[in-house]
Amino acid sequence: MTANGDRTNGGTPLLEVRDLVVHHGQLRALELISFGVFPGEVYAIIGANGAGKSTLLRTIAGLHQPTSGSVLFDGQDVTGLRPERRARQGIAMVPEGRRLFGSLSVQENLQVGATYARPGPWTIERVYETFDWMRARRNQRTAQLSGGEQQTVAIGRALLTNPRVLLLDELSLGLAPVIVQRIYGMLPQLLQTGLTVLLVEQDVSQALRVASHIHCLLEGRTTLEGRPADVTAGQVEAAYFGLAGAAATPQPDEGE
Amino acid sequence: MSMVKETTAVPVTDVRVTRSQRNVAWTALVALVIVIVLALFPYIVYSGTTTIMVQAFIVLTLASMWNLLAGYAGLVSVGQQAFVGIGAYFVLILALHGISPFAALPFAAIGSGAVALPLWWLVSRLRSGYFAIATWVLAATVMLIIERFSSIGGGTGMPLPGFTGLDPVLLTAYTYWAGLAVTVLAMVVIYLLLRGRLGLVLTAIRDDEVAARSSGARVGLARLLVFVVAGAGCGAAGAVLAISQLQVQPSAVFSIQWTAEMAFATIIGGLGTIEGPIIGTAVFMVLQQTLQSYNAWYLIILGLVAVLVALFARRGLWGLVDERLGIRLFPVGYWLHTLARERGD
Amino acid sequence: MNAVIQGILTGGLYALFACGLSLMFGVMKVVNLAHGDLAVVAGYVAIGVITITHVPVLWSFLIVVPVMAVIGYVLQRTIIQGALDRSALTTLLVTFGLSVVIENGLLQFFTANSHGIGVGLALITDSFNIGSQIQIPYLLVLIFAVAVVVLLGLQYFLSRSVYGRLIRAVADDKEAAQLAGADYRHVFGIAAALAFGTVALAGIAYGMYAQLAPTTGTDTILLFAFAAVVIGGLGSLWGTLLGGIVLGVAQQIGAQINISDEVLAGYLVFLAVLVLRPQGLTSRRVRS
Repeated sequence: MTANGDRTNGGTPLLEVRDLVVHHGQLRALELISFGVFPGEVYAIIGANGAGKSTLLRTIAGLHQPTSGSVLFDGQDVTGLRPERRARQGIAMVPEGRRLFGSLSVQENLQVGATYARPGPWTIERVYETFDWMRARRNQRTAQLSGGEQQTVAIGRALLTNPRVLLLDELSLGLAPVIVQRIYGMLPQLLQTGLTVLLVEQDVSQALRVASHIHCLLEGRTTLEGRPADVTAGQVEAAYFGLAGAAATPQPDEGE
Repeated sequence: MSMVKETTAVPVTDVRVTRSQRNVAWTALVALVIVIVLALFPYIVYSGTTTIMVQAFIVLTLASMWNLLAGYAGLVSVGQQAFVGIGAYFVLILALHGISPFAALPFAAIGSGAVALPLWWLVSRLRSGYFAIATWVLAATVMLIIERFSSIGGGTGMPLPGFTGLDPVLLTAYTYWAGLAVTVLAMVVIYLLLRGRLGLVLTAIRDDEVAARSSGARVGLARLLVFVVAGAGCGAAGAVLAISQLQVQPSAVFSIQWTAEMAFATIIGGLGTIEGPIIGTAVFMVLQQTLQSYNAWYLIILGLVAVLVALFARRGLWGLVDERLGIRLFPVGYWLHTLARERGD
Repeated sequence: MNAVIQGILTGGLYALFACGLSLMFGVMKVVNLAHGDLAVVAGYVAIGVITITHVPVLWSFLIVVPVMAVIGYVLQRTIIQGALDRSALTTLLVTFGLSVVIENGLLQFFTANSHGIGVGLALITDSFNIGSQIQIPYLLVLIFAVAVVVLLGLQYFLSRSVYGRLIRAVADDKEAAQLAGADYRHVFGIAAALAFGTVALAGIAYGMYAQLAPTTGTDTILLFAFAAVVIGGLGSLWGTLLGGIVLGVAQQIGAQINISDEVLAGYLVFLAVLVLRPQGLTSRRVRS
């Protein structure tokens, strides 16, 4: 896979965070987080509730300012950029809870996504072709859609900005497992267009199925990092719940 | 792959909680001295000065009340002039029935507080912006209703009876003392309220209302109490106003200008601090006197300064002092002493 | 009957005042206490422009309204955004401060006297009669027509145009709008420009129909605008028209009972709605 190829050849990550320290008021939510996401990868951040996953994603998207550390996109430091600037440069986020525009129809939601789009393959037509149910219901207000349908509209809205990196925050929240699987099942199709994905997921097995790399957080700290194929279930469990005594297996390529 | 050990929390062992700093005793002493000196003013200074002081007392009382409402309970009321007018009219009505205006003062305060109860019922469920507008409408409505009664002066107002035969010098002195008494009482009441449980509840609401409610704090009751106290306080100020002007005119006592003055004085002095209204009132009086009072300029400048302060110096002039020196003249919080470090409130 | 029709037509003017307020509150959550005063300022500026340049009255609209819209954008991006970044309390205080400053500024420079905008066209100051009981001033009908046109235009803008969509999106969820690449501060500015522009239009119209004084902004206009918004329900432009009409009719009925009760009747209806149904008559969303 090119992903690992870039990684091992020492290429620059498309998206990178360095020594990120983030506070929520007085609470230290993230402690010196560093990692890089390479083009074409599906990088999954996993961890229990309150581990800091969503905070991390929001900081990368620009909705939250870190106390120290930096966020780099394509080698450029974007830590000081406002969220809309980052979106226009190619970082798109599907936020936790979908956050669709309630008083707008499906089509209007998509149109907002397309307003400041970069040049690229995604158009509203293409979104309708990808999610075939949407065209017929494009004038409905989003409140009338099911959770899964709302999630796909939110994804469509993000895709329409023609991003280079797609941030997915807790896709599975509030959705039935079969719906979640179906949505994640679309990921390969999206990646064909040259997208890189950074996702946050509470459902570990789901994450392990789709990710090319996983990164586990516990109480704001990194407890595990690597490829799904290289980690055992026991190690993941230990990293997720914070059980001491699990062995560390160093790998030749740390990826940093 | 990498594994990181988790950290443990720092245990808090030796903790002392104290009520206030040493200087509260000094403040109380100084305050007492100041009040005594002020009380002697009629014997020392010209009546022109005491008249100005009465204005200052009115504004200070109003500002303290507005500060309690907006700075502590989060209730931005743009209609407190309703209570100013209600207090004034209580005095007028009682005076028309033969009671001395000075004796009527406490009843005006109590009456205003009582009127606040049904008014609170009308507006209590409204949030922020709607609440402000509702108080404004209420004030306008109250004025219109009162103007319909020609027996108390209708739209043009009437002079305040009950002063005949009173020596003018004595009248000025009594008015001054009434104003002083109202102000001192208002500030003492506010201080005691905030120092007690109400203060804790209000601070909790300020920080996180949902958490406050769920921990059992009687949020609604706290706000009601604040609204009633503010109503009574503004009513008392209105009573002093009526006495000092020797007449009660609806357009004067119900004027939105009172809200402007009390809000600006509080903001400039420092919203959410007890000391703030004092400083704000001082600034206000200086401005008013130097700009030949009742010229529109002083309100323009006051307004501009208030806007700038609200934008750039959230806690007002007192906040600037407080942050540098860390002193509180009227301590209402707690000091937490852990081991060697001290953290405030 | 005459009173009811007059009330309905006056409602158009109130709706024109109210739509800017509704816009700013609905989109930015800003209660602009200076809203009424802005209308008065526009009226005074129009008077000034007409007096100095002697242009026909209708030209004053073309000059003053766009200028006010630009002022609205600038004020929003600077002062109001600054206040919004602090807290909701600060915005209330700042707009209140602005209101007082504007009013006293007008008092200082123009004295407390009221002024009117002479329309000059005899046709407009006349009225037409239906039967023997009903007499309706042409000007009022014209203002109502203009109000409806403006509301239609605003409705069209909000539902069809790109910026209209952005305004609605930002009003729903400004963070999600940011994630889609929209700078909400700019969108807020556009909304403010619309609000200032419409209230300027309404202010000049009011100056033609009635007299303008420095305190008219808060005495009259602001409360009527708010009443129309609250009665009609936030979030609906046509609700604002309905609210304006209800207010106008209530006032006229009050005036029929007792001439001095006109304003009071309006306030009482306003209070009743605030207490009983704060979300207004048409609002779909319940605001607690």
